[in-house]
Amino acid sequence: MADTALDQLKRSGRIVVVGASLAGLRAAEVMREKGFAGSLTLIGDEPHEPYDRPPLSKQVLLGKADAERTLLPRRRDIDAAWRLGVAATGLDMAARTVKLADGEEVPYDRLLIATGVRARPWPNEVEAELAGVFTLRTREDGAGLARALAAGPRRVLVIGAGFTGSEIASACRERGLEVTVAERGNGPLVGALGGVIGAVAAELQRENGVDLRTGISVTALEGDSTGRVRAAHLSDGTTLECDVVVVGLGAQRNTEWLAGSGLGAGPRGIACDAGCRAFDLRGIVTDDIYVAGDVARSPHALFGYQFLSLEHWGNAVAQAETAAHNMMSESTDRRPHLWVPAFWSSQFGVNIKSVGVPSMGTEIMITQGSRSERRFTGVYGYQGRVIGAVTFDNGRWLQFYEKQIESTAPFPPPFTTVDRRPDGQRPIPADFPDPSVPTHGPTITLSGYSPAERRIATFTPAGH
Amino acid sequence: MRLVVDLNRCQGYAQCAFLAPDVFAMHGDEGLLYDPQAEEAQRERVAQAAAACPVQAILVDDLDRVATSSATAPSGAGGGTSDG
Repeated sequence: MADTALDQLKRSGRIVVVGASLAGLRAAEVMREKGFAGSLTLIGDEPHEPYDRPPLSKQVLLGKADAERTLLPRRRDIDAAWRLGVAATGLDMAARTVKLADGEEVPYDRLLIATGVRARPWPNEVEAELAGVFTLRTREDGAGLARALAAGPRRVLVIGAGFTGSEIASACRERGLEVTVAERGNGPLVGALGGVIGAVAAELQRENGVDLRTGISVTALEGDSTGRVRAAHLSDGTTLECDVVVVGLGAQRNTEWLAGSGLGAGPRGIACDAGCRAFDLRGIVTDDIYVAGDVARSPHALFGYQFLSLEHWGNAVAQAETAAHNMMSESTDRRPHLWVPAFWSSQFGVNIKSVGVPSMGTEIMITQGSRSERRFTGVYGYQGRVIGAVTFDNGRWLQFYEKQIESTAPFPPPFTTVDRRPDGQRPIPADFPDPSVPTHGPTITLSGYSPAERRIATFTPAGH
Repeated sequence: MRLVVDLNRCQGYAQCAFLAPDVFAMHGDEGLLYDPQAEEAQRERVAQAAAACPVQAILVDDLDRVATSSATAPSGAGGGTSDG
């Protein structure tokens, strides 16, 4: 049998994974499973083995799990060299090396980038440094916020009513804490699920005792003489006394370390083809650099070949598996990353789940249950087809709608579903905010060329 | 013992909450909360919960070790784990 380049790579190649979280770990496991026997290096800027983040805004804040104890289970031994607590600071594509913060250069034959996102900080650095001001992304963030909530603050202010902000507000209420949520948009979750569902989420918050203020932004945070936050100034001119502030303004992609490398990386992530291979700045696909997880953006055949970036747990797993498979395959054996987006959130005792890309939807129809009962399925339509679905305590139906999305089933759904109510007889506008107006951000970012558009908004010619 | 539940997959059947109530608990009608690093003493119960999950959403570290130890136990032939 001929000894191919792939055989050599599998036997004695060097694979480097930058990003030691969910995507990096799962990819490493799949590479070993596919017979990779060479050297495997995992580089992570955090000093911890890969840990799970979703519990940090849920059971950890409720005091039912410890932030230090969410390490991810392993599917298999990966026999890796770990470089933890040291960030990657540069990439030399020609020399095939990754530069680390400690000056070391790590050579690779194949590279997987899974550097993910970080919490967007409060823009005023001095105010962000006040004691009692938190973001929530890392284990340390989760431990610190859990301690602050356990200490019984008089009032918590959550800035931004996306999923993370809403989950934090929910945990506060469950702990009996007074909480104010300030959201610039017209309701919670509107970026991801639109105004119709946002209105339900708003009612849910208020029924549970959240002081929800929409159409409001926080203009400044004020500290006391000891450097502790004591108040926030709001855009309506009022001042709110609070001793804990959580900044939930979405995430930023960790791509700065790739500046100047020639890779097609920027604030929207790293562009890659459907097979997870990264594009360089010229739009030419690389042979040896792959991307997975929150930092990737890749075209999806089901959604008009738009480039999707997904900040979803399930996407990190699925894309890592595809990237690793493709890294270990001849080109004809590679497969596309065609995962149907899916996520969950748990807040105010309601389990919220979604599939597809709701934010592409222009209309929504409540096909089952009813919004007033907080138990329903909403189906999103786009150009006469089903494009997404959301459930509130109705998750068992999602698989059905996932198949509808995959088969580009017509919208509005022609079938008579069980539990169809009068308010679900016809579609209504889904009421998504204008995408050009910044919000805390949807969990799905559409950033590709859409055939429906007559312009390319984001193209910047090189060298001009 | 480390564990993670794929909550995209979870449909709230609550089998895990019955079998290992110190590790898994329903939160609301459909939501699930769990301890991601449960005590080692819970391993047998967690293994049962993972096996019983109708949608196979629970991933546990090192389940093989449990299977091995129960297979070598005097009454454990066949790998069926039961604590009665």
